[in-house]
Amino acid sequence: MLRINLLLLVAALLCALGVVTSQHKARKLFQTLEAEQERARQLDVEFGQLQLELSTWATPPRIEKIAREKLRMRTPEAARMLVATRAPAAGEGRP
Amino acid sequence: MMRFKGAQAHRFAESPILQLRLPGWRSRLMAVLILASFGVLIGRAFYLQVLNDAFLQEKGESRYRRDLEISASRGRIADRHGDILAVSTPMKSVWAIPAEARLQPEQSRQLAELLEIEHKELTRKLSSDKSFVFLQRQIPPDVGERIAALKLPGIGQSKEYRRFYPTGEMTAHIVGFTGVDDKGLEGVELAFQGQLLGRPGSRSVIRDRRGQIVEDVGSIRPPQDGRDIRLSLDSKIQYLAFSQLRQAVAEHKAKAGGVVVLDAKTGEILALANWPTYNPNNRDNLTGAQLRNRALTDTFEPGSTLKPFTAALALEKGKFRFDSVIDCAPGRLTIGKATISDAHPHGALTVAQIIQKSSNVGAAKLAATLPAEEMWAMFDAVGFGQAPRLGFPGEVAGRLRPWKSWRPIEQATMSYGHGISVSLMQLVRAYTVFARDGDLIPLSLTRSETPLVQGMQVFSPQTAREVRAMLEMAVQPGGTAPKAQIPGYRVAGKTGTAHKLESGQYTNKYVSSFVGFAPASDPRLIVAVMIDEPGGGRHYGGDVAGPVFASVTASALRTLGIPPDAPLQVANGGNARERL
Repeated sequence: MLRINLLLLVAALLCALGVVTSQHKARKLFQTLEAEQERARQLDVEFGQLQLELSTWATPPRIEKIAREKLRMRTPEAARMLVATRAPAAGEGRP
Repeated sequence: MMRFKGAQAHRFAESPILQLRLPGWRSRLMAVLILASFGVLIGRAFYLQVLNDAFLQEKGESRYRRDLEISASRGRIADRHGDILAVSTPMKSVWAIPAEARLQPEQSRQLAELLEIEHKELTRKLSSDKSFVFLQRQIPPDVGERIAALKLPGIGQSKEYRRFYPTGEMTAHIVGFTGVDDKGLEGVELAFQGQLLGRPGSRSVIRDRRGQIVEDVGSIRPPQDGRDIRLSLDSKIQYLAFSQLRQAVAEHKAKAGGVVVLDAKTGEILALANWPTYNPNNRDNLTGAQLRNRALTDTFEPGSTLKPFTAALALEKGKFRFDSVIDCAPGRLTIGKATISDAHPHGALTVAQIIQKSSNVGAAKLAATLPAEEMWAMFDAVGFGQAPRLGFPGEVAGRLRPWKSWRPIEQATMSYGHGISVSLMQLVRAYTVFARDGDLIPLSLTRSETPLVQGMQVFSPQTAREVRAMLEMAVQPGGTAPKAQIPGYRVAGKTGTAHKLESGQYTNKYVSSFVGFAPASDPRLIVAVMIDEPGGGRHYGGDVAGPVFASVTASALRTLGIPPDAPLQVANGGNARERL
């Protein structure tokens, strides 16, 4: 009788310790999860900011300014345009 | 002692003390008292555990349990290619509880510097007797962190979203803006408020002593971010329209102007630009004139741009043919007491030439053969007198009086666009009947995934094609708007030059407009240009609005990769009929 009681006592103690460690582990993991989720939110915010930055850099007025001033690009005159048709018949390649 | 002595008279076992009988009420009183105090305890326990349970439970939970709000962001607004037009990013707002905020002079100077406000202003706010003041709203998150690092008493921060508009003034009128509390105040931001707005979620958590979250308790309500809106706008075309309009308004010293570009196949609005405009990112000193989305909220008498509708109705009813001749000499026509005149007198003109040369007398003579009721029904069918139903805030219906009240002179002036008022958006929509084969289509502000539209037939396809040919003649030599030509493309359109109506009187101020479409062989784009009060000598629609139309349309056609449908040499006039 005493043996069984002792055995049960040891088992109960082990279970109790198990509960404690798993609870501890769960909290640790939960904290990591929280941290990762926070990081995900941060990255999301950063993504939004980068998207904003991208669209600020890519506004048509800025592109036109650079194209015209820095790269010295311009719209070709009508005389220098060539229209490619799907089935170019003779003499129609250059309208 | 005496008593003890007396006790000797009795037997030892019969102690008089034991024989002494207490009065019965004393023990009963004790019992009742003890029971009563048990009763009080039980009552108290009942009160705490049952009656007041919820309150105490809450108090207990509040020591470790926190309800956190999970913020949701407002939806983005993008153009048809997905380029961002409006986006929210989190910012910090700094507040103070003045009673608790006792700062050293050095500290408050530091704070004022970080907040970029005057030191005096900060001291004034901190010494106010309110219980809560905002010191600065919407500061960048990194500045917020530096303020938090100062660890000032009574100063706190809260998260807020701020809306940014990278395209700025270019798209200001269509996108609109939001107030500081994420509420749409203008434009699409207001029109689509319900979809854009996110719903914040919430969760309750247990926090430990160090403020770290230990576990979730209860259910989590996930936040719902606002839906992204994809507009039908094409930011390249929008930019072209905006910059050309700005240039034209400056060049002609005009008061205002508007441009609308419409996809004739789908009814999508590709561009909508107004001048004057404003920068939605910095809205100090805004005036009503800057804020108005003229293309939708302002009406004007369109003038000659309505003549094609009169001509189309006359053709439709079989009263005239494309080349029926009408005598427009001597360029004047008297109806009742009023006289209608042409800017340049013409002789006999065909119906097509009336449109080409924009003869008021000719249009009035066409209208004279039409019953008022039929004309009203046609104007009504192409959408005049009713709001375009875009769901846009402030869109107006214009003015189309009921036909029963029309006098003959009014019917005559209406045939060339006076005595009726429309918005630029209505005008551009009405032109879909000519750009398509006679059907009017609903407009759309958002990109439509299914480009199939249900049109409402107003004119027969044959009539629409004939009017298209007339409109093509109008931009050819001999027409009113040769400056609206585009090399490489066939273009059709109509000018409008209308006197402005001010307090019931026609003045010497003008509204110059041009509505046209291209390529004329298979119209893809409808473009309407309106310039309000052009100064500097020129005011004819063909001179003022025509070139804007040409440059906007030419660039837009190129941007969309629409192949040219005409030889690059400018076509000769008069042969439009053969190309029908």
